[in-house]
Amino acid sequence: MAEPKVKYDRQLRIWGEQGQAALEKSSICLLNCGPTGSETLKNLVLGGIGSITVVDGSKVEVGDLGNNFLVDESSVGQSKAKCVSSFLQELNDSVKAKFVEEYPEALIETNPSFFSQFTLVIATQLVESSMIKLDRICREANVILIFARSYGLTGFVRISLKEHTVIESKPEHFLDDLRLNNPWLELKSFADSIDLTVQDPVAHKHIPYVVILVKMADEWAKSHGGKLPSTREQKKEFKDLLKARMVSQDEDNYKEAIEASFKVFAPRGISLDLQRILNDSSSEVDSNSSDFWVLVAALKEFIANEGGGEAPLEGSIPDMTSSTEQYINLQNIYLAKAEADFLVMEQLVRSILKKIGRDSNSIPKATIRSFCKNARKLRVCRYRSIEDEFNSPNLPELQKYLTDEDSSIAVGIYILLRAVDRFAANYNSFPGQFDSATDEDIPRLKSAAISLLSDLGCNGTALAEDLINEMCRFGAAELHAVAALVGGIASQEVIKLITRQFVPMSGTYIFNGIDHKSQLLSL
Amino acid sequence: MAETAATQPSRSRDLDKLLLRPGNLVGPRFEPSAQLRDDVQNHARVLVVGAGGLGCELLKDLALSGFHNLDVIDMDRIEVTNLNRQFLFRVEDVGKPKAEVAAKRVMERISGVNIVPHFCRIEDKDIDFYNDFMIIALGLDSVEARSYINNVACSFLASVFFSPCHEIEYDSDDNPLEETIKPMVDGGTEGFKGHARVILPGVTPCFECTIWLFPPQVKFPLCTLAETPRTAAHCIEYAHLIKWNEVVHNFAHGGTAFDPDNPQHMKWVYDEAAKRAELFGIPGVTYSFTQGVVKNIIPAIASTNAIISAACTLETLKIATECSKTMSNYLTYNGSEGLHTKVAEFERDKDCLVCGPGVLIEVDTSVTLQKFMNLLEEHPKLQLTKASITHRGKNLYMQAPPVLEEMTRSNLSLPLFELMGKLSKDVIHVNGMTNKNNQKVSCLRKLRVTFKGVDGVTDMDTAGGA
Repeated sequence: MAEPKVKYDRQLRIWGEQGQAALEKSSICLLNCGPTGSETLKNLVLGGIGSITVVDGSKVEVGDLGNNFLVDESSVGQSKAKCVSSFLQELNDSVKAKFVEEYPEALIETNPSFFSQFTLVIATQLVESSMIKLDRICREANVILIFARSYGLTGFVRISLKEHTVIESKPEHFLDDLRLNNPWLELKSFADSIDLTVQDPVAHKHIPYVVILVKMADEWAKSHGGKLPSTREQKKEFKDLLKARMVSQDEDNYKEAIEASFKVFAPRGISLDLQRILNDSSSEVDSNSSDFWVLVAALKEFIANEGGGEAPLEGSIPDMTSSTEQYINLQNIYLAKAEADFLVMEQLVRSILKKIGRDSNSIPKATIRSFCKNARKLRVCRYRSIEDEFNSPNLPELQKYLTDEDSSIAVGIYILLRAVDRFAANYNSFPGQFDSATDEDIPRLKSAAISLLSDLGCNGTALAEDLINEMCRFGAAELHAVAALVGGIASQEVIKLITRQFVPMSGTYIFNGIDHKSQLLSL
Repeated sequence: MAETAATQPSRSRDLDKLLLRPGNLVGPRFEPSAQLRDDVQNHARVLVVGAGGLGCELLKDLALSGFHNLDVIDMDRIEVTNLNRQFLFRVEDVGKPKAEVAAKRVMERISGVNIVPHFCRIEDKDIDFYNDFMIIALGLDSVEARSYINNVACSFLASVFFSPCHEIEYDSDDNPLEETIKPMVDGGTEGFKGHARVILPGVTPCFECTIWLFPPQVKFPLCTLAETPRTAAHCIEYAHLIKWNEVVHNFAHGGTAFDPDNPQHMKWVYDEAAKRAELFGIPGVTYSFTQGVVKNIIPAIASTNAIISAACTLETLKIATECSKTMSNYLTYNGSEGLHTKVAEFERDKDCLVCGPGVLIEVDTSVTLQKFMNLLEEHPKLQLTKASITHRGKNLYMQAPPVLEEMTRSNLSLPLFELMGKLSKDVIHVNGMTNKNNQKVSCLRKLRVTFKGVDGVTDMDTAGGA
């Protein structure tokens, strides 16, 4: 494997070598390289994506020079796809850049198998009907699809694939796995070996809070029938007991213990989110199951048996006031338990693989280890097909968005972006696309929007007149700043999808450049 | 000029729809016309502060949003680690000044755009330099730099109460004079997170009004570093902050200060940190991690910079043209767990030391400049030391350079009242050092000085007060 490139240092610190390797192995197809598509791809090329194929049938016009950085004077009259791909090639020579001078609509109609070769397709500026067709093709071929569109001061981004599973979701704020409310044998013994009433003041204030809380929780449980503090009064009492043990005001370890006492009160076991994943029908695995679900099946067994209701221990502990020795010892105890849990999980995974007829070594140790560490943070993202959403959106949600002041512009944009496509299908141009027609187009767009809302089951809902007028004003303009913003968002989602780290967005992101009250709609 | 579709294809084909057509959801003074588009193109000057991750994107976005007169200022040179996102730079450019290469590249690709680069620190420019611009767009990566520009922009703010023209009536509301409002658009990013905000001094909160948004940097307690290290970061900071200085005092390094950009210095810190880590049995010290801790490296990617810069550019366009509603007034973005954007409407701090009307100081006409400076030091809100004072552009006293100090030294013994042209009240600006989070930082403060017993000044009741 090639030596990590220094130039990627700032992003390696986010997604690591494995994430980078995933990017460098992937091949992306871009449909339409106006500014929206070009900006999306530029960000990915800078990040070191493996290969790109730019598909666009148009030639560069003078107007493109005013909104697209990836074309210049010398490219007027030439294939836009060719110019964009050669600029991108120059931007990062380790990316393999190709172009196809074809209209995406034509490829969708006549050559659907074209798309199967890609890891992911970025489809920009497509109209409703093309979106539906492409979506069917990509679902069939198991290719990740992401739509992005800029329209005047508005736009949207929408991911479409059946299922995306994430092990390394890396949430910013997540409770550490200290098991203060459910310590295992070795942790208990370690806590037992430490005397909280030690006379030496230095030693007293360097006992790590984990030990303090394990001991105090144990003491409490013994005098409360095995239960931990649950009512408000009990929790306060518990904290007061901690305070009472402080011999001076500068005992940071006790202050940390008091602050962390909520970890003792937290319920044992696994979260509802994780429970939902375990209960998913995909956890009943067979030979077609993905590695993720095999691991989930093993996790399910672990939790039901050796885990005693808990997932494998994550294994790391946060920094805390402590003597170095005690901290290191504590750290080792957590690491040892995490390792022991991992070994059990490994066996479970191997036996499940055997049971479903797969090679028992086909899931690497490193993957199982990572799965164990991240077991409490797993995410499963599923996306409705475009056709389903467009034909039968979640009606209660839609009605809620339409009536809620905060989301009414965003949902108005969502409806109007579809209405303009219907308009275009009828009149062969977008409303306001040409200066002369703007006034007639407003009532036409309005009736297209009303009929769409009616089709969707929202009779009688009115969209703000001002918004309808604005959409006509925009005249399907592709403004660079909007394209760059929408493209930025789309490129970020692509990175999350390909690296399989962090959590991709759900639903449709509606960009509202009018007052920036953008919104995610789950329809 | 015909208003229907021109026979000549226009570069601004898309932008024209926004600027030439009337709209409903627009600013109150929107005047759609070719004139508007041309004015933006020919007369609007925008300054981009920073030519890094945000700056490169800002220059491109602004140039392609109709702004053809841009300046860019950045004191740094291009490094290899910039190349994953600062798309105007190539490997061959490493070592060259960012501002110059960025300006050149954008001008090469977008004809008609003129970008003047400034390869220097923001402090090196006269305050008047900043006043030449219609809008200032910030693509900075430090709190201090933002604070500085914020101070400068807010110093232009004048109110009717203290206007240079004495015929204007006293306005007890102390509203800012509109033509002195210097709009700023400020963006910041870190990994998958970012913010974009609009600052209209005197109207929306300035950077100082919301300084509490930026929590102080985490510093490890000295005793942890020295006696009870537990993590790799503790070992690294011990080597960086403690061991280096011990060794410096023993002249092993010839008494040199630690330079994070010197690979030999960094290697030394890494080796010492690794030794300490091994001694204490602490895992995790790697060269990369050492760099991260010592340089406080912030992870950065192209996409977040693209998003935030684009948002800033849109707002810049709206401020310049009123072609749509403006963001009010602080957008936060987080793309790590799903996608979260939110616009919050923060409010000004009426008593803000920077964008407020200025701390009111009442003195006798006999007070000398030196005495006045002593008062500033003792003033509970200001605590200003090493003050340099200007009044309407005139230097009353300058701490530096030595030539100016010598020239203005004699003013110290003169009455402030005389130095200020015997005005009963007026605004002065003071540059100096003050305390923030137990650190001495430089600052620029606006003060309203009123002299006791001079006619015209009977009522000290103004908005806020000292």
